[in-house]
Amino acid sequence: MSAPLVSLKGLRVSFDGQAALRGIDLDVAPGESVGLVGESGCGKSVTWLAALGLLPGRASISGSVKLDGQELLPARPQVLDRVRGGRIAMIFQDPASSLNPVHRIGKQITEALRLHRGMNGAEARAEAKRLLDQVGIPDAARRLDAWPHELSGGQNQRVMIAIALAGRPELLVADEPTTALDVTIQAQILTLLQELRRETGMALVLISHDLGVVADSCERVCVMYAGRIVEQVPTARLFEAPAHPYTRGLLGALPPLHGPRRPLSAIPGGVPEPWAMPTGCAFAPRCAMHVSACDANVPEQVSLARNHRAACIRATLPAPHPETVYA
Amino acid sequence: MMRFFASRLLRAAITIVMVVTFAFIVLRLSGDPAQIIMGADAPPEAVDAFRTAWGLDQPVWLQYFHYFGAIFQGDLGRSMRDGRDAIVLVTERIPATLALTIPALIIKLGLGIPAGITAALHRNSFIDRAVMLLAVAGFTVPSFVLGLLLVLVFAVQLGWLPSGGQESWRHAILPIITMGVGGAAVLARFTRSAMLEVLGQPYIRTASAKGVPWRSVVWGHALPNAAIPTVTIVGFMVGSLIAGAVVVESVFSWPGVGRLLVVAVANRDLAVVQCILLLVAATMVTANLVVDLLYGLLDPRLRNQPKRAAA
Ligand SMILES: Nc1ncnc2c1ncn2[C@@H]1O[C@H](COP(=O)(O)OP(=O)(O)OP(=O)(O)O)[C@@H](O)[C@H]1O
Ligand code: SF4
Ligand SMILES: [Mg+2]
Repeated sequence: MSAPLVSLKGLRVSFDGQAALRGIDLDVAPGESVGLVGESGCGKSVTWLAALGLLPGRASISGSVKLDGQELLPARPQVLDRVRGGRIAMIFQDPASSLNPVHRIGKQITEALRLHRGMNGAEARAEAKRLLDQVGIPDAARRLDAWPHELSGGQNQRVMIAIALAGRPELLVADEPTTALDVTIQAQILTLLQELRRETGMALVLISHDLGVVADSCERVCVMYAGRIVEQVPTARLFEAPAHPYTRGLLGALPPLHGPRRPLSAIPGGVPEPWAMPTGCAFAPRCAMHVSACDANVPEQVSLARNHRAACIRATLPAPHPETVYA
Repeated sequence: MMRFFASRLLRAAITIVMVVTFAFIVLRLSGDPAQIIMGADAPPEAVDAFRTAWGLDQPVWLQYFHYFGAIFQGDLGRSMRDGRDAIVLVTERIPATLALTIPALIIKLGLGIPAGITAALHRNSFIDRAVMLLAVAGFTVPSFVLGLLLVLVFAVQLGWLPSGGQESWRHAILPIITMGVGGAAVLARFTRSAMLEVLGQPYIRTASAKGVPWRSVVWGHALPNAAIPTVTIVGFMVGSLIAGAVVVESVFSWPGVGRLLVVAVANRDLAVVQCILLLVAATMVTANLVVDLLYGLLDPRLRNQPKRAAA
């Protein structure tokens, strides 16, 4: 892997003393696409909101977030405002409420153009129109003057993507960008993200609780469980050699290819509450492979193959690999 | 849009007729103006003559119809006390009332809105708690209590300001503060909650995520949205510019519309009471229409659907 664009190390977040993230280590290389999957509440959104300083003040955050080697935790507000929307853009789950209802679409795009590319007036407007064209909004020139409530959910998400592209980001974090949309629109938006990534060369982090979606559109998948990443694996290897019992459970719960998709809740049991977190492996209460050694310590991530790591003491591969080293 | 305003006006007219009718009934049933105005020991012939002169000897329903008939001809009647036109009596009191209520409104807006915004932006901080404590205090203490307290401290104890009357601008200070503080408290609480609601919306996070500096997020993205619910309560305050000073004018013996109303009610001086009620209703209705127009200006979602604005 080349020098990472973004590097999260030991990122921890808690709300009112309750841990939401319990040490996230994650690198994103320039131009790569990473999927982040896990059950609701495992900390997918909080990871990137924390990285960009978007959590409310009562969240306590520790660890390290580096962008091209520059530490962002903490960063001065001026630095953060250059990064947000400029080098790292983020779009969200509910496009309808993510756009300001009292500002026109065009104004919401040109605001980003002014902040990150110093564009104003007619120049900004022309570029905003080009961006709307780029994200596939028909009749872009007229849409600049539309209000968010006049557009459909899918169109609003396209507008959100246009705003995100306005700053020419090196990384786009898409937090469940299609969850609130119809199935056909979902596929269109995912395809659009792929195209844009090819056109612009930006990296993409796609957050989803649908392993199928992530596997379709990302080169690498990170599986999260209870505030930690439990497995990082190249998509190609995900189906051949899933290592963590939780990942295997998710794959088992996955419907056959091209079948209807179900949520990832088919593994029996539930996530332990933050105040009742086991001292050892958080997945232990639900794990079929659990042995008493699992309860001693939180399992470290173990490197299993190139770019493949899992946090399970029993995640050994069937065939020992020459590259296998312990972290 | 025209139909919208027509329906609003019709509703306003119905409201006014109901208010006026209600006042007519209550005033007529609760006392005899002739006896009250002439005094308890006036000779019976004089009282009778007064009754005949003012038509009070006619059946009540006939008086009611006469009254309404006159209103539709633009005649609001005369005061039974001194025979002057009610409309003149009332309008000459308006400047005195506005001299209190307009500065008080400025205090309400200038103090309440910034305090509410500041509290919301520093949620749960010391500032927030202090502002809210003051707001709850200012909101719970009735204005006559606050007025009397201020008189006690600044007029009686310290002797800095007069306790009542209208001789100079210094006489206006305590009544203005009394009214301003209560309204500012209401507005601070309201603005704070409107602001907190807006600050929790996803579009605020979007603005931050695209690199908008926090100051501009507050000014450009949060305030225009928080203004929408706040306009309602500001509109109500504007609507009560004329009638909102009854208590304070009484406490501070300030000769405005409010004091006139109290005296007129005591005298069962129907024409004057009705005239004030009509004036108040007209101000309220105008303020409401302005609020609806402002909604349309502030909230594009309502622009094509005036029906929702009316709800
Ligand atoms: N603003 C907040 N205040 C308090 N707790 C929060 C806040 N945001 C998130 N949390 C908590 O942090 C944990 C992780 O939340 P997060 O939103 O990251 O989950 P997620 O993986 O994105 O789930 P989902 O799929 O539902 O979006 C949850 O337990 C949640 O309750
Ligand atoms: S460490 Fe033990 S309990 Fe945890 S996933 Fe691995 S086998 Fe299961
Ligand atoms: Mg989420």
